[in-house]
Amino acid sequence: MHRAGIIVWEVLTALRQFVRPGLTTMDLETFTGELIAGKPGHAAFKGYRGYPCALCTSVNSEIVHGIPSPKRKLREGDIVSIDFGMEMDGYYADSAVTVPVGEIRPELNKLLHVTREALDRAIDKMRAGNRLGDVGHAVQSWVEENGFTVVREFVGHGIGTRMHDEPNLPNYGEPGRGTRLQEGMVIAVEPMVNAGRPDVRMRDEWTAETADGSPSAHFEHTVAVTANGPWILTRPREVTGPAW
Amino acid sequence: MAKRPNDDRKKEKGDSGNPKEDAIEVMATVIEPLPNAMFRVQLENKHQVLAHVSGKMRKNFIRILSGDKVAVELSPYDLTRGRIVYRYK
Repeated sequence: MHRAGIIVWEVLTALRQFVRPGLTTMDLETFTGELIAGKPGHAAFKGYRGYPCALCTSVNSEIVHGIPSPKRKLREGDIVSIDFGMEMDGYYADSAVTVPVGEIRPELNKLLHVTREALDRAIDKMRAGNRLGDVGHAVQSWVEENGFTVVREFVGHGIGTRMHDEPNLPNYGEPGRGTRLQEGMVIAVEPMVNAGRPDVRMRDEWTAETADGSPSAHFEHTVAVTANGPWILTRPREVTGPAW
Repeated sequence: MAKRPNDDRKKEKGDSGNPKEDAIEVMATVIEPLPNAMFRVQLENKHQVLAHVSGKMRKNFIRILSGDKVAVELSPYDLTRGRIVYRYK
């Protein structure tokens, strides 16, 4: 999983540099295809329940699972969430990052910062003996303190030999509730934060957007619970510091 | 990729459960509107089939006109009928 995760990290890191105004979300998809060509394993999302692409690209008010399109152009001031997963020898890794396109408004900067920090806070709770409610609560309390809201309709998830496995990890919760974390568990932790109301509307079978059209950000890592604390599988071990 | 809890697409049962699950999805062009929200559509492979509008699309008042590109689900059992599940802009 860590080998798959490192490729996911390499791809997302490259995409992060690559994003600029004028590109379409399909350009990101094409670039991803070039990046993973010749690498072991394959893109996990493509074909997953009929999903057509390797990437999910969710622009501005799109929360998650935006489908790359040659018609969707990135403009200066947009934010785009890029979600990518790999499968290698039967194991999955899943990660996402929200990237500013050029210069963005300070409110959006705050949204990105708060969401990324929410991921860091969640990851810090991924320790044996804690419960899923502790992780969800860490996200929810931090996000709401900052005047934003968490999405209820989508959740983080166990991941391993399947991309979506048990347990579900909502981005809200009460401390001390839920499944107890044990060493060896691996969970995709993914706060999805809306600047406005938490409500979600489906634009098509995949694309989820905020019902009120407010911008939304999404950061994700695949995280293992180990004796030494949380281990982020979707980045190289030598990388430390904030999650993204 | 985030998970949708309680999403019926995600049930392990797969084949046996939902009858809509086995459908084959193909691109098509609407040829003519017919009464009762039915449409004659032409598939990419030139076959013509009779297609109705999915309940979800009706609920959301997605209008369909002749000439529209649409996604049609076909049942593997009766390939002469289909369900329009998406209209492309």
